[in-house]
Amino acid sequence: MAQTNSGFLKARTLQIFEKGIDSFEMKCDKASAAGSVSQRACTFCGARVVLYPIADALHLVHGAIGCAAYTWDIRGSLSSGPQLHRSSFCTDLREKEVIYGGEEKLKNALFTLIGKYSPKAAFVYSTCIAGIIGDDVEAVCKAVAKKTGIPVIPVQSEGFKGTKKDGYRAACDALMHLVGTCDSDKVPLSINILGDFNIAGEIWAIKKYFEKMGLKVIATLTGDSRVEQIKRAHTAQLNIVQCAGSMQYLAKEMKVKFGIPYINVSFFGIDDTAKALYATADFFNVKSVLENTSTLITNEIKKISPFLEDYRKICQGKKAALYVGGAFKAISLIKALRILGIQTILAGTQTGGKEDYEALKALCDDGTILVDDSNPIELSKFIIDKKADLFIGGVKERPLAYKLGIAFCDHNHERKTGLAGFEGMINFAREVSLSMNSPVWKFAPRKGADLYD
Amino acid sequence: MLLRHTPDAIVEREALTVQPAKTCQPVGAMYASLGIYRCLPHSHGSQGCCAYHRSSLTRHYKEPVMAATSSFTEGASVFGGQANLLEAISNIFNLYNPDVLAIHTTCLSETIGDDVAQIIAKAREEGRVPEGKYIIRASTPSYIGSHVIGFANMVKSIVEGFSEPGKKMDHINILPGFVEPSDMEELKRMVKMMGLDSVLFPDTSGVLNSPQNGHYEMYPKGGTTVESLKTTGFAKATLALGPIASGPAAKLLDTKCGVQYELLKLPIGIRATDMFVETLKRLGGVIDDELEVERGKAIDAITDMQQYFYQKKVALVGDPDQLVALTEFLTDLGFSVRHVITGTPGKKFISRVKEAAGTDAINVRESSDYFYLHQLIKNEKVDLIMGNTYAKYMARDMDIPLIRIGFPIYDRIGHQYFPTVGYKGALRLVEKMLNALMDYQDRYAPEEQFELVM
Repeated sequence: MAQTNSGFLKARTLQIFEKGIDSFEMKCDKASAAGSVSQRACTFCGARVVLYPIADALHLVHGAIGCAAYTWDIRGSLSSGPQLHRSSFCTDLREKEVIYGGEEKLKNALFTLIGKYSPKAAFVYSTCIAGIIGDDVEAVCKAVAKKTGIPVIPVQSEGFKGTKKDGYRAACDALMHLVGTCDSDKVPLSINILGDFNIAGEIWAIKKYFEKMGLKVIATLTGDSRVEQIKRAHTAQLNIVQCAGSMQYLAKEMKVKFGIPYINVSFFGIDDTAKALYATADFFNVKSVLENTSTLITNEIKKISPFLEDYRKICQGKKAALYVGGAFKAISLIKALRILGIQTILAGTQTGGKEDYEALKALCDDGTILVDDSNPIELSKFIIDKKADLFIGGVKERPLAYKLGIAFCDHNHERKTGLAGFEGMINFAREVSLSMNSPVWKFAPRKGADLYD
Repeated sequence: MLLRHTPDAIVEREALTVQPAKTCQPVGAMYASLGIYRCLPHSHGSQGCCAYHRSSLTRHYKEPVMAATSSFTEGASVFGGQANLLEAISNIFNLYNPDVLAIHTTCLSETIGDDVAQIIAKAREEGRVPEGKYIIRASTPSYIGSHVIGFANMVKSIVEGFSEPGKKMDHINILPGFVEPSDMEELKRMVKMMGLDSVLFPDTSGVLNSPQNGHYEMYPKGGTTVESLKTTGFAKATLALGPIASGPAAKLLDTKCGVQYELLKLPIGIRATDMFVETLKRLGGVIDDELEVERGKAIDAITDMQQYFYQKKVALVGDPDQLVALTEFLTDLGFSVRHVITGTPGKKFISRVKEAAGTDAINVRESSDYFYLHQLIKNEKVDLIMGNTYAKYMARDMDIPLIRIGFPIYDRIGHQYFPTVGYKGALRLVEKMLNALMDYQDRYAPEEQFELVM
């Protein structure tokens, strides 16, 4: 791309696209160039975040201490009951085990923990080091499961196996060990919700909608979930997949194994939430459900419209940059921002796929930059060049925005208010406008300007 | 609720760590590397390691943290990471143009046996390292030691990479240990105040507490410069603060360049700061009035309020160098230090803490975890806990006031701006302790005993 490419790694040319100027097909799904300051994480990270919210399971990290320490209660996946998932358990492999193997230690750790906490199931996460020293985690899990009588499930999440996406798949494989392991009949008018992790209590809001529609939610995967629910997930008639990047694979597997169809949806923004609910109602095509759905949506929109009008007045004409994990979220965010009159001038993802970027291209305005697997240097350059007022991203992006003197909204692990559903749209509008209109920016030099410009 | 599972009865565990009081070496190495001006830390391992370390440091400092990674794949783990590291070195110098590249390893690259020194040599041979650029490297396997050891290893690597023997000059080296940018700033101020020239390294001040200025700077203004690092071998002495974090580098400076060293406690508290100041004096420093006044103010506050400290029980958790100094300080204030826990392995820690507390009747443990500390406190309750953010679970569970100190602190600010070392740091700690204890007293005092004047 002509104007912004100078100074960037040649290998990344096809990962940066400017709508209206460029016309190539974006390269994605590729490993980061060695040596790049990537914002991406690893397979373990992906698996850990997907399984983490299962609140009554034991989550044991088989590896060196870091992998356990960095994933200790950092994700705000709320549980309405047990809090076991928030503890940090690790085999804390030392030099001795690296030489002689860690299987014995793993076995002992599992027996100790299962004896002490009586979890409903245990997940054992393989990390780089467990993979490299060749521990047979699967065999240990099998042996412990036999003795303790609970499912002990190996998660093949060695970090070097790939990106977060590969970790999502490892997590889905692990979940398939549980799904359908109890005898139950199909439940009429029932669904599972896949790919919501109940950050800031979002699944509670979403679940309420479906219940008002007259549907029964069997399992939420994995936000605020329990092992028993997941075992019964095969009794649902439809899977609603919210974060396609992380959970579509599980939906596909469940379709093959249990014949459960699925739809991809998003609960971010009014349009997408309404669309998701209507699509679900259409699937069941039952008069009462259809009526309930339309009443629910009409009421909810009526409730939030006046507030949105107010926020729109404040936000109109502003520009936003976003860099998020998956493309589905990026697409929803662009639409939600439009409702507030905010134009998206940069949309990037860590793990978007080819079709995702095509969808983003179709959705965006001319001049919008699309970027795959970016880094702070690129991001800050685009933010300044395109004069963004707001940055939406995760933990590593927040201080970048503030250093540049622009507003920020966390749409990742660290969001503190629910951003999903209709109420979520109001929360999102409030957070975005509060951050953009905070008086502190009066003191802060902005967007690359010199202090006294 | 969160910790309701912790039983009172202590059973020895061999096979696992529950609620760790440490993390792995590479994050310490990354932190140390950030204390060199225009240095890019590089993680030779999977992408996740680098992402986790950056996130962790970002949460602690609320600052952008830069680091590159070799982005290991399955292939690299089977055939070795040489190709990745060579490509990384080229890419990094082409794109990010650091003056120094500081490579640390991970459990993965250590275990598959990558010879990083040889790979760097090859990179030089192949012309991948531009003229005037430096690469240093530290071996930091995650299955040995802890984040503190990773820090110590990288500081030692800085000496390996930059210090050369030569004619002695008049300056001294200060190794600050694994402390906050604010502490490094304060140490420099004190040394300067005493009229001494010094090179303090690593120095994260100005890097991880940099000002908001509307720009994103990949390499902020702080950090020890290469020019200064190159003079460390000519220094007349090294002052190494904290034996675990600074000892290895000080020893190497001695054997490699003949720079003698003094190994001191971290200057946390009056006694340790006095020792620091006296050592500086012995090396030619002058104690001026201003420093005397600073000391006097700290002592004044302590004597004014001593009744609130006396015989209060306290539990400490964190990193060895800090804990030893804190134990001494708290004991000097009149506290009764009851439990001291670190996740970092090292038997010497136990005798050091006991010596600092002046008693053997104290629960001290290395290679331990928060779970164990929680059990100790359940068996013998304390009035105050000092530790990092993870101590907040048990502080809440047992309703004990908590002062945040150490790494990581994810839920408060201040550590990046205000020091805990020196006389000013002692005064700040005293204020924090008083606030914690008095807020607690105010909250629970029966109405008739709720006091206006304290």
